[in-house]
Amino acid sequence: MKPQNEKSAIIERADFQALLDALIDRGYRVVGPTLSEGAIVYDELTAASDLPIGWTDEQEAGFYRIKKRDDSSLFGYTVGPHSWKKFLHPPVLRLWQARREGNGFQIIAEQEEPQKFAFIGVRSCELHAIAIQDKVFTGGNYVDPYYKSHRDRLFIVAINCGEAGNTCFCVSMNTGPKASFGFDLALTEILEDGRHYFVVEAGTEAGREVLQEIEHRTASDEEIEAAERRVENAATQMGRNMDTSGIKELLYRNHENPRWTEVASRCLTCANCTLVCPTCFCSTVEDTTDLTGDHAERWRKWDSCFTMDFSYIHGGSVRSSSKSRYRQWMTHKLASWIDQFDSSGCVGCGRCITWCPVGIDITEEVRAIRESENE
Amino acid sequence: MAPELEAGIDTMMKVADPMLPQPFRIRRVKRETADTFTMDLDPPGEARAFSFAPGQFNMLYVFGVGEVPVSISGDPDKTETLVHTTRAVGAVTEAMQGLQSGDSIGVRGPFGRGWPVEEARGKDIVLVAGGIGLAPLRPALYRVLARRDEYGKVVLLYGARTPADILYRRELESWRARFDLEVYVTVDRALAERNRSSWRGNVGVVTSLIQRVAFDPLEVMAILCGPEVMMRFTIMELEKRGVSGSDIYLSMERNMKCAIGFCGHCQYGPSFICKDGPVFSYHEISDLFAKREV
Repeated sequence: MKPQNEKSAIIERADFQALLDALIDRGYRVVGPTLSEGAIVYDELTAASDLPIGWTDEQEAGFYRIKKRDDSSLFGYTVGPHSWKKFLHPPVLRLWQARREGNGFQIIAEQEEPQKFAFIGVRSCELHAIAIQDKVFTGGNYVDPYYKSHRDRLFIVAINCGEAGNTCFCVSMNTGPKASFGFDLALTEILEDGRHYFVVEAGTEAGREVLQEIEHRTASDEEIEAAERRVENAATQMGRNMDTSGIKELLYRNHENPRWTEVASRCLTCANCTLVCPTCFCSTVEDTTDLTGDHAERWRKWDSCFTMDFSYIHGGSVRSSSKSRYRQWMTHKLASWIDQFDSSGCVGCGRCITWCPVGIDITEEVRAIRESENE
Repeated sequence: MAPELEAGIDTMMKVADPMLPQPFRIRRVKRETADTFTMDLDPPGEARAFSFAPGQFNMLYVFGVGEVPVSISGDPDKTETLVHTTRAVGAVTEAMQGLQSGDSIGVRGPFGRGWPVEEARGKDIVLVAGGIGLAPLRPALYRVLARRDEYGKVVLLYGARTPADILYRRELESWRARFDLEVYVTVDRALAERNRSSWRGNVGVVTSLIQRVAFDPLEVMAILCGPEVMMRFTIMELEKRGVSGSDIYLSMERNMKCAIGFCGHCQYGPSFICKDGPVFSYHEISDLFAKREV
């Protein structure tokens, strides 16, 4: 329960390391943005200096570059190619092993103690993406045990966006830029008048407890206003927008539309969009044996509806054309997802636009289909 | 899905890991046709019973090879034996074909929504099967025959490619001997050994049988399983007879890796075949059924 009229707190930049230390002391494996191979990716953090301090990113359809900022922001960029699903729903995961015994076999369940993750720098769109995957993996009759055990132990430090990227459209999807739920702590980074500090809001009791361990003070009205201005700034900078009115019906009635053929002529069906998407959840399984043939394993791996194999049943693939595969992805993301999970599968993070090697833009594709109805 | 069944899954599966197969001992393997075989499995554990609803399926795992969805084809009232009839069409089912009595096979399930045979009480039942599609229908027929008094006319229409491909041949013959069950069997082509056919039955697609049989189109439940194209033409014939789409049920097939709605492979528009199906009323999916590459 959140106390009434709880005031935001201030953590000075100099005390930021204490936040990471408090989480590490509590046994969390702290992960967050860091610079690697020319991109800002999510990986293990041990110190605030592991963050991409003073870096930002430049994004466009099919374009991503990091560049130096003229300040020393810790979170002065938007989202990169990674999303948090890589920790909760790992790209490769062993599900179980089996051992031959006589002419039978025994299944050996995985016994690993789940890791306690603390995510640092989760954007509002990403909080929504995690909430969407929660519905997929824990909201039905069956529960994914790996996802649930990691999710239950998760600590989330959100960061409110102060700037938006050129492929961002969270405002259209009602998923940002301000973190409104699903965090333990939410930070807004402020660099103004020679000061560098974070306005902090606690969302849970766990968040409040961690905050108590760190040097902080109550925020002034001016500081809270400064934080609000940052978020408002991001909201005005959206590089993309999408009209989502009646989008489910729009896509359902346009199963046949020349635009699918047009986009398929550009689409390489490379699956980049599904891998970078923070909500795409599809997977496949691979069964392996060792050379003796007495030891078998099953592995789960991320899969993509863009591959031919994805829809293969004896006799051939159901979606053999790239047109049908692009249509499946986009229609699922924006339309059938609503029927399945009661929300859109798109959070407006723009990753699929940035990381598409040919720059296919989901917002442009929706617009084209919408406009085709007015012709 | 019936509420009690749903509740059962809820309590059973939320605790256990639904991705862990359970080894079942193979009691008996019977070759049905050149490429199909039936396995009788002994359920493990204290209870030594496997309960399922007609139309549900299991994921079957062959050690070290892989896992495939296979519908359950035994009698739902005989829980002491789990029966699967499989066609060898890929790596896993071909390896499965090599298993023998005494070997083990991994089982996860039962999954999915089955045939609503309980809701059809008082109605005529028309079962239309093509090829291996007879296997998923058989539990529904067993259930109806076990409560024969509760149903009106019961008709089974079955089409196979050739006489040699007819599944459950002896059982079909014994069903055909009953006075309370109408059975019609047809084959696509009857050219057999040395161009001399011993087939004296019907030749033609299974849909051509529909006009022959008498049933009440307003008080019927039609249950279809076979290739999509066969089901499509069957639906057309049934609709010509005045059967409503909400009284036609069909079992859909798609690629499946998990059977619990996580892997995404079996999506069919807004539905997951694994958990929302595999049985759908035609009314539910008629929009998608007419579309290509869904």
